[in-house]
Amino acid sequence: MTVTEPRTVTDVEDLARAVVARVDPTSSSREEFMGACFDAGLAWVHFPVGRGGLGLPGSMQSAADRVLQGAGGPDPFRQNPMGYGMAAPTILGHGSAALQERHLRPLYTAEELWCQLFSEPDAGSDLAGLATRAEKSGDEWIVTGQKVWTSLAHRARFALLLARTDPDLPKHRGLTYFVLDMEDPGVEVRPLRQMTGDAEFNEVYMTQARIPDSHRLGEVGQGWNVAMTTLMNERSAIGGGPAMEDTGPIAQAVSLWRTRPELRSPVLRDRLAALYERSEAIRLTGSRLRGGIGSKGPGAEGTIGKLVNAELNQEIYEFCIDMLGPEGALYGSYDTADETTAATLPLQRAFLRSRANTIEGGTSEVLRNVVAERLLGLPGDARNDKTVPWREVPRG
Amino acid sequence: MASSVAEAQQEREELRSMVRGLCEREVPLAQVRRLMETPAGDDPAVWRRLADLDLLGLVVPAEFGGSGGDLLTLVAAAEELGRGLVPGPFLGTVGLAATALQLSEDPAAQQAYLSRLVAGDLRATVVAQDQLGRWAPAAPTTTATSTGDGWALTGTSTHVVDAVGADLLLVAAQAAGGVGVFAVQTGAPGVQVEALSTMDLTRRQGRVVLDGASGVLVGSLDRGREVLERTGDVAVVLLGAMQIGVAQKLLELSVDYAKTRFQFGRPIGGFQGVKHRCADMMVRVEMARSAVLHAAAVADAGGSGLPRAASLAGSTASAAAVRTGSDAIQVHGGIGFTWESPVHLYYKRAVGDAALLGTVADHRDRYASIVLDD
Ligand SMILES: Cc1cc2nc3c(=O)[nH]c(=O)nc-3n(C[C@H](O)[C@H](O)[C@H](O)COP(=O)(O)OP(=O)(O)OC[C@H]3O[C@@H](n4cnc5c(N)ncnc54)[C@H](O)[C@@H]3O)c2cc1C
Repeated sequence: MTVTEPRTVTDVEDLARAVVARVDPTSSSREEFMGACFDAGLAWVHFPVGRGGLGLPGSMQSAADRVLQGAGGPDPFRQNPMGYGMAAPTILGHGSAALQERHLRPLYTAEELWCQLFSEPDAGSDLAGLATRAEKSGDEWIVTGQKVWTSLAHRARFALLLARTDPDLPKHRGLTYFVLDMEDPGVEVRPLRQMTGDAEFNEVYMTQARIPDSHRLGEVGQGWNVAMTTLMNERSAIGGGPAMEDTGPIAQAVSLWRTRPELRSPVLRDRLAALYERSEAIRLTGSRLRGGIGSKGPGAEGTIGKLVNAELNQEIYEFCIDMLGPEGALYGSYDTADETTAATLPLQRAFLRSRANTIEGGTSEVLRNVVAERLLGLPGDARNDKTVPWREVPRG
Repeated sequence: MASSVAEAQQEREELRSMVRGLCEREVPLAQVRRLMETPAGDDPAVWRRLADLDLLGLVVPAEFGGSGGDLLTLVAAAEELGRGLVPGPFLGTVGLAATALQLSEDPAAQQAYLSRLVAGDLRATVVAQDQLGRWAPAAPTTTATSTGDGWALTGTSTHVVDAVGADLLLVAAQAAGGVGVFAVQTGAPGVQVEALSTMDLTRRQGRVVLDGASGVLVGSLDRGREVLERTGDVAVVLLGAMQIGVAQKLLELSVDYAKTRFQFGRPIGGFQGVKHRCADMMVRVEMARSAVLHAAAVADAGGSGLPRAASLAGSTASAAAVRTGSDAIQVHGGIGFTWESPVHLYYKRAVGDAALLGTVADHRDRYASIVLDD
């Protein structure tokens, strides 16, 4: 069956089934299958036709994903989290037609992985305070500076880079946004080991790295606005949480409960039920706000979802460790694991990994500020750094 | 499909603003305060207005004077009635009694009561509480004995919402052949209803003592338990909607106050201790709202998932409302502890409602038995 102009959820499902029938995800290569999905417009259904989308509401994406992943297709977010969840919407929103043409497809098929060069040693929560300098030279930019906590930099082909182009302007106004080629000779990646034993993230040093001006996203000095697109999408992507009932971290806890009856107690049952309720309530909230029903404005669902899921994940794995009792204190090995998604890690490793959930992608303190200030309209914090030139802001 | 969903959503929003307008105009908080000091607790003229606007028959079929809508629509209205702390027997009459009658598949009882109920001429409630006031539809403590041409009911139930002032009681009772729902007239011999003195003065509870009271079986003894359990679940969803209305109002009062109350030369909402509390209040309200809307949608779809969804809605909404209330008091400081401030009225409603038709612990226990127990 062919769907000429898909408009409804059923059309999207039919289209996805047609792709699966044509290119079987269990027997063809990832590139082939994902490429077919992209060409059919099922990568991001809300993107334009020809850019991996169908120009449909974003709420219909889950229908496509259910079919594609249900048939054994890979989860594009897990394949290329920074690419799929953040680079794609940023490039679509702010990049030239040539950049969109060049990057969206190999990004979706995960032939080219992406990373996000935002945080620096002196600029974490206060991202707009960053110091990495980009200076114009002809039709190129020369970049020098240090980034930190850069997930996947050791495997990424391209990076989303936020750099300072004018240190004499107030901090938010002197930033510009670029696509950086990680193969540039001026880029050096050094792995950072984390408390789990893994090394998902890195330090990235840029020494006179070169970026053509055509790889700029948005206008010079507009980097902060462009970065907001990335951050909102980052929070939606990691905060969306599991889309289906009874999946995600809570499913791991429930499976522990079911498979280890000898470890059960009434107190644990109560805790697990409460966690289950919260998982369900936040999952339902994600789909309600994504669907635009009672919408609280762009990014609301991502911010709320990220905030709640981060703390919930931690409590779920705390529950698992408590339920395991003495066994919870064991740790198989601190060797680096290949797998970086909590869902398939041993519980102890997932438990340690979850400590990062309230830090990565915006700390919970910062997100509570965002909810209070943007969604409820409460006043901002008292600050002394917003109007002075970036050079004069105290650091430490 | 997409457009009809959007249209239904649009209609619900219109209904919502209509009900909010009605509450603000006809039962402003000053009026609620006046009514809560009266013995009856509510204003018959307001009840009549709700009936005139067809708010009592939103989900009742047209043949009984209702408008045959879905529970999602009724939930929008219930949220606003909660937000307005509107006194009156809405939960008992619409949430419980009308639901039980509709589920009873008993045309005679429906004929006798539903149109009058929708018209505002009959106040009713369901009595399925035990002697401690626990909602116990599966194992009623009242008994029904056959008298040949009818039934005689004996037993005590307490914390019965909207029992005081009701004309009709639909009583859950154990008969020899099963659990049944029995229609009992409050004026009849052997029926005693005493008002309880409640913390929340805007919602009334009563103690119902039946001593050989005459009852008419509604529906059959085979389906009585099923009708009562589903009735309870539907009413829990509506009660949850009212809790959301209360919690939303508490959030708004707190945010408004945090923007206008100055200390240390700035609005207190600029301090993270205050603003993060407000952020958490909002998140909690939104999550509870999702759970309630989901349960209403599940009920409308008619499947077997209602007990799970209703338990989630009941515990999430009540926990959110109570916590939003205590947070609101904290954000308001000393003012929040006064009788003059509106905060305590909403807080008491949240606390009182959290004890009706199952506590948070009861709902969570049932949820656990559905999702966790073998
Ligand atoms: C696993 C992991 C992966 C990451 N991946 C990436 C990546 O790929 N790319 C990238 O660019 N970054 C990445 N990060 C960095 C992440 O975005 C930052 O760690 C985060 O924004 C916090 O910055 P910081 O670590 O400098 O902490 P700080 O900002 O120094 O915060 C320290 C503490 O102070 C609190 N705080 C700071 N400011 C305020 C305030 N105004 N009000 C109240 N409290 C405040 C914070 O909440 C926190 O508790 C990653 C981090 C982790 C843990």
